[in-house]
Amino acid sequence: MNPDKPKTLIYGYGNPGRQDDALGVMLADGIENWSHSQHLPWVHAETNYQLNLEDAEKITHYNRVIFADASQEPLPDGFLFTPLKPSEAIDFSMHAVAPAFILHLCHEVFHHTPEAYLLHIKGYEWEFMKNITGTATDNLNKALDFVKSIILQHSNT
Amino acid sequence: MGQKITIEPVTRVEGHGKVTIHLDNEGKIEQTRLHIVEFRGFERFVQGRPYWEMPVLVQRLCGICPVSHHLAAAKALDVIVGAGTGEGLTPTGEKMRRLMHYGQIFQSHALHFFYLASPDLLFGIDADPAKRNIVGVALEYKDLAVQGVMMRKYGQEVIKATAGKKIHGTGAIPGGINKHLTEEERDYLLHGDEFMNIDKMIGWAQDALEFFKEYHKKNVAIIDAFAEFPSSYLSLVRKDGALDLYHGVLRAVDSEGKKILHDVDYQEYYKYIDEEVRSWSYMKFPYLKEIGKQAGWYTVGPLARLNTSNFIDTPLAQKEFEEFKKYNGGKPSNKPMHAHWARLIEILHSAEKIKQLLNDPDLMEGELVTKGTRHLEGVGLIEAPRGTLFHHYKIGENDMITMANLIVSTTNNNQPMNEAVNQVAVRTMTGKKEITEGMMNAVEVAIRAYDPCLSCATHALGKMPLEFEVYDAGYHLIQKKIKD
Repeated sequence: MNPDKPKTLIYGYGNPGRQDDALGVMLADGIENWSHSQHLPWVHAETNYQLNLEDAEKITHYNRVIFADASQEPLPDGFLFTPLKPSEAIDFSMHAVAPAFILHLCHEVFHHTPEAYLLHIKGYEWEFMKNITGTATDNLNKALDFVKSIILQHSNT
Repeated sequence: MGQKITIEPVTRVEGHGKVTIHLDNEGKIEQTRLHIVEFRGFERFVQGRPYWEMPVLVQRLCGICPVSHHLAAAKALDVIVGAGTGEGLTPTGEKMRRLMHYGQIFQSHALHFFYLASPDLLFGIDADPAKRNIVGVALEYKDLAVQGVMMRKYGQEVIKATAGKKIHGTGAIPGGINKHLTEEERDYLLHGDEFMNIDKMIGWAQDALEFFKEYHKKNVAIIDAFAEFPSSYLSLVRKDGALDLYHGVLRAVDSEGKKILHDVDYQEYYKYIDEEVRSWSYMKFPYLKEIGKQAGWYTVGPLARLNTSNFIDTPLAQKEFEEFKKYNGGKPSNKPMHAHWARLIEILHSAEKIKQLLNDPDLMEGELVTKGTRHLEGVGLIEAPRGTLFHHYKIGENDMITMANLIVSTTNNNQPMNEAVNQVAVRTMTGKKEITEGMMNAVEVAIRAYDPCLSCATHALGKMPLEFEVYDAGYHLIQKKIKD
């Protein structure tokens, strides 16, 4: 592996059994397949139903992390990519933890703060069934192209 | 003027709930209820689906205990495919499932103790909520925080090795399992890196128990007297009375330890257990039929399991079990906060079991699946982290599900949680003018001892709101608080 390349994790989470909630997982799966085909061994992908506390340890192994999730909020471009800052704001339940909290826990417990981003992809339907909606598919493709371009930028530097 | 105080939902439990506390004109507790506020019928949803989808589909009930649903459904389908009622699987099939299950118990209990319960113990119930959380633990007790993270990770790795994925795996299939453990997976879990080895996990489990016992010595009143009340207890036990988290017969004892359900075959659970519906909660109230609706309720979970079992078949956990039993005079512990103690003993037991299984060659070779004559009905029970989990399915000749009944652990604990909430409410809120954070958290601490998973209990697929409300005797809203 090229030591100059930032070891990057694309972490997609959501419930693939609830239609567009699968967007984050599908983005991570898409990037994983693509990075293999492009021979980019510093790019890893991980998927999960939700973020968990042990993810604070997982991200210690990376320089850069992109958390990808489906969003119910209106997003003009179909997706939104923003830098993520650590936050100690804790949810009422540990059932699922927020990416900013994972970043905070990583810093406090393991003294590591990777460069982190949040990628929201707009979804529309959340019923208990497989297959994402057509518009969500368009948004997913746009988000995939965007993430690939970011990764390629870094691989060319 | 009387008041109704609503705490909604409960913080740091899995899912959401609402507590209403009804005060009379003198400020005394009139009635306390734990409400479940959202319901979407999962049992109806699965009707019409092919039976073989169930072990994967039912995991969507919950992101915290999917393995328990996965295995309970698989056990029910073992019966349907004619692979027996828990004892007919191949050695590889049963042991791989057991390994998966102990991994689940290990990681789930670790999550609960280190991240949900320890902040209350370390900082006190009245401590500032900004501090009383895992970040607070991480800042002041870094080793504990690291151990919690790594024990969670270890359990998840065990699940991944057996189920194929950490969340929503596919390992258990009707009649067995779909993979062996590889040599690489075994070696990684037995003696991986600094943190990823089973001896480290056993050591940390022992450390956590010592931590709790030291805390207990210094805080006897909190642990022993907090929300204490008599209860019956129900769990699976092995046929010889040993603690068995994967399979066994159904046993219940009363608050004095007298058997009230005599080691029955769980395929006929419906002969002994029924569920009552109450108008104010979507969560049902299970009870033992023979005793009746009023007094037939029971507690499940770690405390129940230690109260029903005669012994533990792993040496380190057995030693702790003996200490636990001796402390309680050989009788059931009726102290809800002892659930934390019991949970830690089960963490140690699970770690010992994982080590035993990893050294068992049956996991790496042998037949995976048992086949037999098809049946149209099957029941699968398992001791999930939070307690006994029931899955009951009927299928038609076309292999589609025609009936599903799930009694999840938290539903089994519905009445005990209500009892505990009432105990605490009476003690901390009676006659008080101000509802403080500490008082509300005391109620939540009582509920958290049961480690409830309310999204499972309502079979809900969505999110629920978070708020506190106070009503007067006329049910007018006089105070509302959002908790986030």
